[in-house]
Amino acid sequence: MALQQYDAIVVGSGISGGWAAKELCERGLKTLLLDRGRNVEHVKDYTTAYTAPWEIPHRGMSPQSLLKKYPVSRRARVLYELNAQFFIDDKQCPYVEAKPFDWVRGYQVGGRSLTWGRQCYRWSDFDFTANQVDGSGIDWPIRYKDIAPWYDHVERFAGISGSMEGLPQLPDGQFLPPMDLNCVEQSVAARIKEHYKDQRRMIIGRTANLTTPLGGRGSCQYRDKCELGCPFGAYFSTQSATLPAAMKTGNLTLRPFSIVRRLLYDKAAARVSGVEILDAETKGTIEFKSKIVFLCASTLNSAWVLMNSATDDWPDGLGSSSGELGHNVLDHHTRAGANGQVDGFEDRYVYGRRPNNFYVPRFRNLFGDKRPYLRGFGYQGSASRQDWSRNIAELGVGAPLKEAITEPGQWTIGMSGFGETLPYHDNRVYLDKTKRDNWGLPVLAMDCAIRDNEKLMRQDMKNDAAEMLEAAGVKNVKATDFGYTFGSCIHEMGAARMGTDPKTSVLNANNQVWDAKNVFVTDGACMASSGCVNPSLTYMALTARAVEFAAQAMKRGDL
Amino acid sequence: MDRRAALARMVAITGSAMIGSEFFLAGCRRPGKHATKPFTPQDLVLMNEIGDTIIPATDTPGAKAVGIGAFMAMMVGDCYDDDNHAAFQDGLTQIDQASRKRTGRAFAESAPAQRLALLVDIDRENRTYTQNRKPTDPQHYFKLMKDLTLLGFFTSEIGCTRALRFVETPGSYDGNVPYRKGEKLWVNPMRRV
Repeated sequence: MALQQYDAIVVGSGISGGWAAKELCERGLKTLLLDRGRNVEHVKDYTTAYTAPWEIPHRGMSPQSLLKKYPVSRRARVLYELNAQFFIDDKQCPYVEAKPFDWVRGYQVGGRSLTWGRQCYRWSDFDFTANQVDGSGIDWPIRYKDIAPWYDHVERFAGISGSMEGLPQLPDGQFLPPMDLNCVEQSVAARIKEHYKDQRRMIIGRTANLTTPLGGRGSCQYRDKCELGCPFGAYFSTQSATLPAAMKTGNLTLRPFSIVRRLLYDKAAARVSGVEILDAETKGTIEFKSKIVFLCASTLNSAWVLMNSATDDWPDGLGSSSGELGHNVLDHHTRAGANGQVDGFEDRYVYGRRPNNFYVPRFRNLFGDKRPYLRGFGYQGSASRQDWSRNIAELGVGAPLKEAITEPGQWTIGMSGFGETLPYHDNRVYLDKTKRDNWGLPVLAMDCAIRDNEKLMRQDMKNDAAEMLEAAGVKNVKATDFGYTFGSCIHEMGAARMGTDPKTSVLNANNQVWDAKNVFVTDGACMASSGCVNPSLTYMALTARAVEFAAQAMKRGDL
Repeated sequence: MDRRAALARMVAITGSAMIGSEFFLAGCRRPGKHATKPFTPQDLVLMNEIGDTIIPATDTPGAKAVGIGAFMAMMVGDCYDDDNHAAFQDGLTQIDQASRKRTGRAFAESAPAQRLALLVDIDRENRTYTQNRKPTDPQHYFKLMKDLTLLGFFTSEIGCTRALRFVETPGSYDGNVPYRKGEKLWVNPMRRV
């Protein structure tokens, strides 16, 4: 039975919430970790992790029934028959698309840490100063030096494999040994490096997959089934890493099926006294009290909780006094790049299934390069030999076809850009009280779109990729742009940005809500700009940093 | 979802398209005008023979050995929209009719060489059609049959472990191993679309 009074409450148990719980518990704070979804137990609940290809009923294709059940989650093309249990029932959790928006969610203990892409990159001061330099959005209240020790801290615990590159725009970290580029990627990387005089580089992805055992977790077995849950604990998730660490302290209480409806706000004290939850199963209301609250419910749901809180004092919710709550929503725009075929290497192949890609760090608008748009992009991609699904025109049917496609085919390579989106005040989410979810709660409406800067950048994302592949000798190169829907990168950020001024931001430099300093928002909602690298590592570091600040302040009696 | 865009995105990321993409994405289309009907036992016999002609037994078993007829029937029923479902079933009739016209016998009763000769011709017709097909045109029935045969065979236990090489837990990764012509593909079980 859960107690009613805690030192700290953490809302959400994904990447950020798991880190908050671990760090709080390790500092001796009695912590209640809430998640709106079911519990998922490490290993035991990875029910499909060992399903053989022939045991998958539709062999990876989606039956109409699955498409109907997951009309939103399927859009990002991550969901399929074996991992659908880690995505929400879309019908229970509707939202309004004032403009098209793909909102892919995983409501369970561990959240999307179970299914995330695991790419981990540090931000640099090019990112933290970008708003100040070009005047988009507001200046970040922190710089690289403020977060660097916390990147060290979270990398050492999470286990990030990667190569030391010495690139100012992509700082090196506390890496485990890197995975290998395959032979074709190595060849292309070498030719790119030479052609662009080392101004552009293709490196192995930095990924939260262990390449050596760490802290009782096993190393990667190269099955490439990460998003089914790893029985070896080889990739970072709440279940594999932060939750057991928090549990070990004896200070953690985990409560699944707890939908936080609002924070309990005391305006006179300018602080919250706890949270009010709706039990997702019984639909009963319960209050839990605490000295501090870490709001880590995922970017848009953290904004939702704030909007639903303290509405007697601020109609638009706690943290809305700046007029920025719900605004400046960010994502990375994707799906522009290039692909082609690689001649040769017929006598080379790979063994094992690497759950990682190559990465091309940002090179635009840096070191004197000047483009007609602001910011930049990176690429992720891979090279592989074609398999039995390739089309062999001259071999129609019969034994020669079978013979040919049971052997590996030609090498191909492809890469796709991840572009920065600028912070726009008008890219916003808001409560639509005319529509209710399965629990009778008002839903979010999304009104976000990319604009001219991003559209101009996409030209380069496409053309630069093609140029680089051609420079590396790749044949039949095709530049591609398949269009982008906001949210589809599943890197949603912003909505409660950090800043130096309570008039223009929701959070201060320590992730505290200006209007309630014992509330910390440390998930993607806090981001004042998007950068172009995968953001989760930065949430981890900001969360750990904010917990240290909170614990010190509590010790001093300031919180 | 734009099915071409979705397919093309996979091409961009992986460098190659995945089989079945087209028929999977066909699920995005509006409900069809065509009536569908259940598969009969005779249909299953015919589908087994069509599958076994596309992927015959060689030094390893063929598609019939993995129950390709039943697999196709299940996939068509569960995954296809009504238009493609109807196109597939219509294709079965067309193949039998073409066989009778050529050999005087139903496809399943004709000689293996006759079956192969017929499907080689139909596949040629399919490839010409598919190359010139507009996005709004229906799929050629033989493309559906061929895709399902390859998918069903190469993801079956026999396909994975005898026609190809499969290891559940590789344990390590090497991105540069020697390859000699004749060595089989490694199965990558994560072929989702």
